[in-house]
Amino acid sequence: MDRLEYDVVVIGAGVSGSAVARELAKKERRIAVLERESDVCEGTSKANSGIVHAGFDAQPDTLKAKLNVAGAKLMKTLSKELDFPYKQNGSLVVSFEEDGRERLQELYERGEKNGVEGLRILSGDEARALEPALSDEVKAALYAKTGGIVCPFGLNIALAENAAVNGVDFYLNTEAEKIECGQGGYRILTKEREFLAKVVVNAAGVHADTFHNMVSGHRLHITARRGEYCLMDKKTGGLVGSTIFQLPSANGKGILVTPTVHGNLLVGPTAENIEDKEGVNTTADGLARALKVGARSVRELPVRQIITSFAGLRAHEESGDFIIGEAEDAAGFFDVAGIASPGLSAAPAVGVYVANLIQARFPAADRADFIATRRGIPCMAEASREERMRLIAENPAYANVVCRCELVTEGEILNAIHRPLGATTLDGVKRRTRAGMGRCQSGFCSPKVVEILARELHKDMGEITKSGAGSVFLSGYNKETMGASI
Amino acid sequence: MRQDIVIIGGGPAGLAAALAAKEAGAERILIVERDKELGGILNQCIHNGFGLHTFKEELTGPEYAARYIEKVERERIPFLPETIVIDIAKGENGEKEVTAMNKERGLFVIHTAAVVLAMGCRERPRGALNIPGFRPAGIYSAGTAQRYVNIEGRMPGREVVILGSGDIGLIMARRMTLEGAKVKAVAELMPYSGGLKRNIVQCLDDFGIPLKLSHTVVDIKGKKRVEGVTLAQVDENKKPIAGTEEFIPCDTLLLSCGLLPENELSLNLGISLNPATSGPYVNESFETNVSGVFACGNVLHVHDLVDYVSEEAAAAGKQAAAYVREAAGNGQSETEVVCREETQVVLEAAKGVRYTVPSTLNPLRMEDMQLIRFRVDDVYRDVFLKVYFDDTPVLSQKKRVLAPGEMEQVRFKKEQIEAFPKLKKITLRIEKEAG
Amino acid sequence: MEKKEMICINCPLGCVLTVERKESGEVTVSGNTCPRGAEYGRTEATAPKRVLTSTVRIRGERGRVVPVKTAVPVPKEKIGACMEALKEAEVELPVQIGDVVMKDVAGTGVGVVVTKGMGE
Repeated sequence: MDRLEYDVVVIGAGVSGSAVARELAKKERRIAVLERESDVCEGTSKANSGIVHAGFDAQPDTLKAKLNVAGAKLMKTLSKELDFPYKQNGSLVVSFEEDGRERLQELYERGEKNGVEGLRILSGDEARALEPALSDEVKAALYAKTGGIVCPFGLNIALAENAAVNGVDFYLNTEAEKIECGQGGYRILTKEREFLAKVVVNAAGVHADTFHNMVSGHRLHITARRGEYCLMDKKTGGLVGSTIFQLPSANGKGILVTPTVHGNLLVGPTAENIEDKEGVNTTADGLARALKVGARSVRELPVRQIITSFAGLRAHEESGDFIIGEAEDAAGFFDVAGIASPGLSAAPAVGVYVANLIQARFPAADRADFIATRRGIPCMAEASREERMRLIAENPAYANVVCRCELVTEGEILNAIHRPLGATTLDGVKRRTRAGMGRCQSGFCSPKVVEILARELHKDMGEITKSGAGSVFLSGYNKETMGASI
Repeated sequence: MRQDIVIIGGGPAGLAAALAAKEAGAERILIVERDKELGGILNQCIHNGFGLHTFKEELTGPEYAARYIEKVERERIPFLPETIVIDIAKGENGEKEVTAMNKERGLFVIHTAAVVLAMGCRERPRGALNIPGFRPAGIYSAGTAQRYVNIEGRMPGREVVILGSGDIGLIMARRMTLEGAKVKAVAELMPYSGGLKRNIVQCLDDFGIPLKLSHTVVDIKGKKRVEGVTLAQVDENKKPIAGTEEFIPCDTLLLSCGLLPENELSLNLGISLNPATSGPYVNESFETNVSGVFACGNVLHVHDLVDYVSEEAAAAGKQAAAYVREAAGNGQSETEVVCREETQVVLEAAKGVRYTVPSTLNPLRMEDMQLIRFRVDDVYRDVFLKVYFDDTPVLSQKKRVLAPGEMEQVRFKKEQIEAFPKLKKITLRIEKEAG
Repeated sequence: MEKKEMICINCPLGCVLTVERKESGEVTVSGNTCPRGAEYGRTEATAPKRVLTSTVRIRGERGRVVPVKTAVPVPKEKIGACMEALKEAEVELPVQIGDVVMKDVAGTGVGVVVTKGMGE
């Protein structure tokens, strides 16, 4: 069995793991990221609201409050450095009751304490002046100017790619099965390899408790809290400009209605604690509930324009806060656990925070050659005429449209495949380029994308998968198993 | 690049429109096609049954397409393959600017007098049906599966459940069975099938494939690849009935749940769409509300017979040619200008009728025989199709059966309409009594 | 006496046909609304036939196929045998519409022809 030595091994290439890896790479360290799936951004990071919360929800002095506000502040700069879609669109928490004002006031004050700038309480009419689609039921609202939206895949992939460019080794399809404490470090066992590292970063999402409990006597217990969403056609994205929350409940921030950074309309999530930590299935009840509750916020929720629905699992830890830091009884084992909402908003700050904790305990020298910026994949759909001409001149494949709904070209798909940590699956291409994310949901483009992947990766079409092992698209040739049914 | 008529789409509609425009005397005609070859979706419809009306014989899809492609080649009508139109805009002097891209020419603009929209339609995806469950590999629209099996020679799966009994789903039930798959069931939400009787008999009954009416998929199992689906019966409101769930192990779910005209380009151009068809409102000349832009085929309304697509597209092509002639260098005569501005007769789809094509008509411009196509909103037995000119009943046609899956038509002679000089509205409705 | 029920496919009406075959060999159809229904019932009950459409492999290519059909309808019960026979068939490009892939498929006496020109 291969034995590989690193200074730091990060478990999980979600947004938190990737943010930590990139931040750690600013110092002289050998870093590996282990990801059980075939791509980065395959768990909680891929199925959430894509919201950059302003930061008034969490109780003051919690990690959630601190890292949310800090993360939101870093997001804009980071989106420029790493070239991923982000927009500060503002958010509204709406109340349907007259006495909701008091609770909005509480949120307002909490926000002030957390350091959120630009909060305002609005009357129902003021809120409707801002968002004409808001329902007449809205009696008052808290407006947060700094609320934003981000492409969750864009952020996660950008962080991971940039980490990879800076020398972080990503091991995909590599599931950590066991962690053992040894002299001066940890031994992480996977099916094919064994990793040795002084420092382990446990960013394993809903499974972070499993890894933590392998090395620490202070037990963690993470519950998978499922959130179901409906995504609507781009022609509905203009319904609201800002993100519309309802007054929060015990189970989370409730069901929101928001434009996505790409111009779709998103409604969700529900909140349901489930046993199965892989239970990312949607349910009839959940989807119905998301739509029913969401419909209360706006005048006419365009339910007929749904193009897809999905579910994600938030990693909810009993304490209610993020669990970030070195385990008390396991030196060098750093948890980044319980990263439920606002985990996406906090991610940039989580990276910095964890890297600082590790630097304090395991100092390493600065690197002079760290590359802080990254160019994303060009986007023909949003490019200007001149930009389109330039790209086509560079490579005519940019004139060959593969996904009609989202206007994604072969050029963009080739770029997605051949860049660092490039796409190897249909979902990988989809999350990097949006091919298949439009209204036909890949009906037309999937055969073409499969063909391009096969050609570029020198594989047979039959080997191309949707999302890694076990998810093949095709099962052999015509007439191979004939005779049974005729 | 400058053209008289740009036809967007080289499928059956675009081909027939191009030929008719040429025959009507149009000169500079260009077909823009996104695929490598002409023929559109017919290329993957390798089953037979096409062309009974047009050629009085049963052809396969590629054979039907070939008849038109040969003529287009003979007429030397140029076409741009692997070219996608990304925008149509109004230019100066009533001209249209078609922006397109391909590998050879990059990004370019075609200036043209007239445009014929013939982009076809796409299949309704899973999301639009909001089927709960996991999102593994193994869920395909029936058309995607058809492409794999009929062009790539590859099987999308081995054990199949099909949701929706539209014709493509039924055809694929047979195709996949013949090629070695086991099709376990076809579930249909409605109490009747959306497909042709002939397909139910020859694609399902011939192979003992059960058709489960008033059933739908309520769950999809399998995290990486489909492992099975749960079917349930639905009540009259199409809600699943608890206790009727049945799990069927399978590795593939095909969706054949309807087609949607593909009108993104039309919308950007400011063309008004009929919510009943998701296609443009057109007049007797198949002209949309944007003058000089015509629509035909499945982008206008979803057809069940390609013969009707060809017929309709030919009419649209001919009218596009007439438009170009009129628009050419002030050649417009006074009367023609008046004609264009004449108040239109509105066609109203009343009780039982979902829509009509066209939705308006100008008696001065109509052909000697005006064809009105429509669909009904439910299955009707032993009823009468009634047509009123304003309040005057002019037609009462006995119908043994009418079904939403079958496009219907009714014809009027020009004289019939001219006999009502002040006609404002033509109403179609389904009634129980002959009265 | 043999009795079969079937649905007529000629039009959307979908008449339920009852086809009876007397010992004398005479076949009667009832339930039909028009003569086409009677004709359909008679053929379906005595000698149902179908045009079979499928694909055959292109020599030297993985997967890609050429569409084909039987030149005329073949007996329904022979469809399985025809498919077995097509399993072995291969064509070489280019092909034209009407090119004969097989002269007599599965002993039906019917040829299999190409339905799409490819590879020019």
